[in-house]
Amino acid sequence: MVDWRETISVITNDGRNIVGILKGFDQATNIILDESHERVYSTKEGVQQLVLGLYIIRGDNISVVGELDEELDANLDLSKLRAHPLKPVIH
Amino acid sequence: MLFFSYFKELVGKEVTVELKNDLAIRGILHSVDQYLNIKLENTRVVDQEKYPHMLSVRNCFIRGSVVRYVQLPPDGVDIDILHDATRREARGA
Repeated sequence: MVDWRETISVITNDGRNIVGILKGFDQATNIILDESHERVYSTKEGVQQLVLGLYIIRGDNISVVGELDEELDANLDLSKLRAHPLKPVIH
Repeated sequence: MLFFSYFKELVGKEVTVELKNDLAIRGILHSVDQYLNIKLENTRVVDQEKYPHMLSVRNCFIRGSVVRYVQLPPDGVDIDILHDATRREARGA
């Protein structure tokens, strides 16, 4: 377990974006997220947030782990963001 | 091992990492490990209009397994030294 409170944004190999509080990780990049939610991007409407709760993501399935800048994120208007979902990773 | 050493030399330089999902991220290379996982600082996604997914991310970790290309600074490579090193490694020395 990590004892600091760090919000991270994970991009998975299937193109999903999951945001949550980093609770733990290991050598294989397996990650435990608490209070997590998925941000679903679409071109038709703003970003939808789906509540996921406590989540373990297997390292295999992780592309990018980003440190979420709380200030920048607070200034983002997710309801106005339109974008295609990210493409899945093709190895 | 050779490319691990090589990437370690590039720490502090600006690189652009293109991922296997077509996302390209530019940033200062902070560190690299044995799996060629990469940590970038002060990151910007190259096409933010198309990929606003990381707008509030300034530091990130990229898993080595999803990296397609790393674009280097022009002065980032001494080709002669790299040639010698690859030959040495191929010989198993």
